[in-house]
Amino acid sequence: MNKQEFLRRLQQGLAPLPPEQQNEHLAFYSEMIDDRLEDGLSEEEAVAAIGSPEEIAAQILANTPLSQVNAEQSKPRRGLKTWEIVLLAVCSPIWVPLLIAAASVIFSLFAVLWSLIITLWAVGISLVAGTFAGIAAAVLFIVQGHGLTGLAMLGTGLICAGLSVFLFFGCVAASKGGVRLVKKAFTSVKRRLAGKGTVQ
Amino acid sequence: MDIQLKRGLLDVCVLTAIKKEDSYGYKIIKDLKPYITLSESTLYTILKRLETGGLLTVKTAEHNGRLRKYYHITKAGVQRLEEFKAEWQEMVSIYRFVTKEDNEDE
Repeated sequence: MNKQEFLRRLQQGLAPLPPEQQNEHLAFYSEMIDDRLEDGLSEEEAVAAIGSPEEIAAQILANTPLSQVNAEQSKPRRGLKTWEIVLLAVCSPIWVPLLIAAASVIFSLFAVLWSLIITLWAVGISLVAGTFAGIAAAVLFIVQGHGLTGLAMLGTGLICAGLSVFLFFGCVAASKGGVRLVKKAFTSVKRRLAGKGTVQ
Repeated sequence: MDIQLKRGLLDVCVLTAIKKEDSYGYKIIKDLKPYITLSESTLYTILKRLETGGLLTVKTAEHNGRLRKYYHITKAGVQRLEEFKAEWQEMVSIYRFVTKEDNEDE
């Protein structure tokens, strides 16, 4: 290998470095070879004494701080490209209202679901109230001598009590289901925002 | 050998090689050969480090129709060598202490 060939191969190996740094290294090795020639070595010997240009280039790159190595090679290519950002901004009159519409549809679905659950609870509570009212009314009617009406009131109260116990389990189940659904929706939104994150 | 210690020794060797008079890459390697074998890439790293640290300066001069870089030791470089000598005195006395313990054990 002659000097020309050595320097050409060294430069190839140093391609990721900025040009001025490449030149500095090339000048250093060029000087080393020239000084050996002056010392009486042949060109072949002088180049051989220095070593393989590929190995030297690898060593130089390993000793160079990453910040100085060509950005193209070291930076991971991800994130939005400029034109993608521009496109997003230009199209914002279209996608922003659509996004808001989608969000409000989802929100109204949740509102409907929860108002149903609240209604169930309200019915349950009124049944409990009906139980107490029925018993109170029964006592009043019986005391006033209207035995049959009092009995009817007592029956109504007991029916309310039975229904309220029955409905209570329904209310609890519906609430739990609602909470679970909201949680699921939140985590799926979070996961989408965080990319392939590990949100549970 | 401990990398930090070796690095310090290499710095001191190169500084010593340019202490008497300015020198250039190939001559530094040749002068140090009896004591320590330096590869070109190692020397480059040391020279860069010393230049950045202000322990030597570089000037380019013409030689036989081509350019050659000459390295010149600075005041800080000379001071570094003095510090090394003082530190080494300390190291020697520690070494004596350590080996004395060894001898007493036997």
